[in-house]
Amino acid sequence: MNGAQDLGGMMGFGPIEIEADEPLFHHAWEKRAMAVTLAAGACGMWTIDRSRFTRESLPPAQYLTKSYYDIWITALERLLAQTGMADETEISAGRAMSPPLTTPNKLMAADVAAALAKGTSCSRPLSRPARFAPGDAVRTKVMHPTTHTRLPRYARGKLGVIESVRGAFVFPDANAHGGGEHPQWVYTVRFSAAELWGDGADANSTVSIDAFEPYLERA
Amino acid sequence: MIDHDDDQDHSEMSEVASRVRALETLLTEKGYIDPAALDALIETYETKVGPRNGARIVARAWSDPAFRARLMTDATNAAAELGYSGRQGEHLVAVENTDERHNLVVCTLCSCYPWSVLGLPPVWYKSPSYRSRAAIDPRGVLVEFGVALPARKEIRVWDSTAELRYLVVPQRPPNTDGWSEEQLAALVTRDSMIGVGLAISPGDAGALR
Repeated sequence: MNGAQDLGGMMGFGPIEIEADEPLFHHAWEKRAMAVTLAAGACGMWTIDRSRFTRESLPPAQYLTKSYYDIWITALERLLAQTGMADETEISAGRAMSPPLTTPNKLMAADVAAALAKGTSCSRPLSRPARFAPGDAVRTKVMHPTTHTRLPRYARGKLGVIESVRGAFVFPDANAHGGGEHPQWVYTVRFSAAELWGDGADANSTVSIDAFEPYLERA
Repeated sequence: MIDHDDDQDHSEMSEVASRVRALETLLTEKGYIDPAALDALIETYETKVGPRNGARIVARAWSDPAFRARLMTDATNAAAELGYSGRQGEHLVAVENTDERHNLVVCTLCSCYPWSVLGLPPVWYKSPSYRSRAAIDPRGVLVEFGVALPARKEIRVWDSTAELRYLVVPQRPPNTDGWSEEQLAALVTRDSMIGVGLAISPGDAGALR
């Protein structure tokens, strides 16, 4: 969706606020927000793609002014309500008033180290061959789905070159909406700055995205 | 967005803090989460998984050509050789700075970052200022970080739009011949592995982030 998360090329946000010796967390609640988000996600009631879509679905004025962990927490509240894990009354009261759902998993303290070290691979086997090879010229599609996509607006309808074939991965555009994993080939596609940004672009810089095959057409 | 001063913004901060507490209590009561698992998650990112992991990888790559070759072809497995694997590093790619080329990593769509080797991202990496400008004005962004590159040096921006996570291998500083991996690792800053900084040159220690 063309939400506030799709920031590439926007202007007006001012200088980057670089903080010397930045602490890992700025407030005690941020630690708990990070951990509660990860632990709730580990219940297995939603995918990472759905959680990204939930975050980017926040109204732009909220997305652009909330701190990042507040975005996480706000999205978590929505996901809990959407999945029926908790209702809005429970969420605002901060206590359980109805029995829990059965979830596929529960992350126990003893399993944290192993779970983090293992991670969650998004790579999937795919029997059909990759359509493109390194060096191929491709054009990204022009599309404006109201649903989740990982093709940024600045890179739509642009001419690029396949730099690498990265393997087949879960397709977020489908998986975010309960449509299944539908694995797709992923390519690193490189664009000249001039192709993306036109006159005045840096003559000696390029930008690559990692593009799922359905985003690309042969050029 | 950076605000250390809870008092200055007290009502907002306490509102978020109380929502986080409410969620933690609710999810614990429901039996969905183990509160001790939250402590373990926090401890992991406070003490075990951070940019020192990435620095060790870079120092190894500078010291060991065979490791460097493995890192450049399969960074996920090369990092795992040093014990670094897992969440938000499942599909790791290393990109190397050279005399001709500088690499810069961003996630314009959210805040994808190679947690397994750099830990949790800094606030600026997640900020609209960085995410909006890194792709359209990378040279200007670098200047804000104190890195002025000559116009002849190519800049390659990597927008992390899928599940690949990028680690920049900065150039090894001069006058470090014979240094141990441990000594070299101390020169490798977090910012140099995102591409907004350079490795510290001996004599400059402390001058750069």
